[in-house]
Amino acid sequence: MKTNDLILQTATKITVFIILAYSLNLFFAGHNTPGGGFIGGLISAAAIVLLLLAFDMKTVNKILPFDFKKVAALGLLIAALTGMGSFLFDVPFLTHTFGHFDLPVFGDTELATAVLFDTGVYLVVVGVTLTIIQTIGEDDD
Amino acid sequence: MIEMLKILFAVIILFGALLSVLSAIGIVRLPDVYTRNHAVSKSATLGVLSILLGTFLYFWIIEGYMNFRVILGFVFLFMTSPVAGHLISRAAYNSKVPLWEKSVRDDLKDKDKHAKKLSQ
Repeated sequence: MKTNDLILQTATKITVFIILAYSLNLFFAGHNTPGGGFIGGLISAAAIVLLLLAFDMKTVNKILPFDFKKVAALGLLIAALTGMGSFLFDVPFLTHTFGHFDLPVFGDTELATAVLFDTGVYLVVVGVTLTIIQTIGEDDD
Repeated sequence: MIEMLKILFAVIILFGALLSVLSAIGIVRLPDVYTRNHAVSKSATLGVLSILLGTFLYFWIIEGYMNFRVILGFVFLFMTSPVAGHLISRAAYNSKVPLWEKSVRDDLKDKDKHAKKLSQ
């Protein structure tokens, strides 16, 4: 019998954007308030898991055509490179810095290089979580 | 004025807490899974919404701090909680959980027959 998931799928289509927006909020708010790369990555992964629940794996792979093992590797690479970037300025490994800039919309903004490291953490968390879930869920056709 | 507003927010939060208690009583007292689901997915949603609304208004008007995450919380809860109730009810019906014995009408009972008639 053909299943009818119309209500779940319609609700998913709207809520996924709220969840992703909230995860980005947590990711960027992590410097001064609770949040950061780890929890932001987990919430992004949860949004994609919701998509996997409402639709099937083939559809989700068509929407997000990433190999999540490579996403995790890319995150590790970014984290290592931002650590090594400190060598260019003759300071110890993983030294981070920040500065104030006048951005067009945001005004005076404090930009820190720790965000780049956090991007690496974010990508690793998303990649590892989705690799685990997709590997477990892959057995059936 | 501030004191009156504080009392108003306290009333909103207490209303939400009361609704949550009512839904908990509904779980204990009602006879089958569908009526329990009916009690929980409605009154608990409104109860938590009232608590969030009271908290949001308190921090916005008294403390002068507007937290948009709480507004996002309203929208999210308002959209997802009824859907969760619907899915639980449907899963219960599809796994043949019986209705309360005093139920008088079950329109979904012969849905397979209707589906077969429609497909012909």
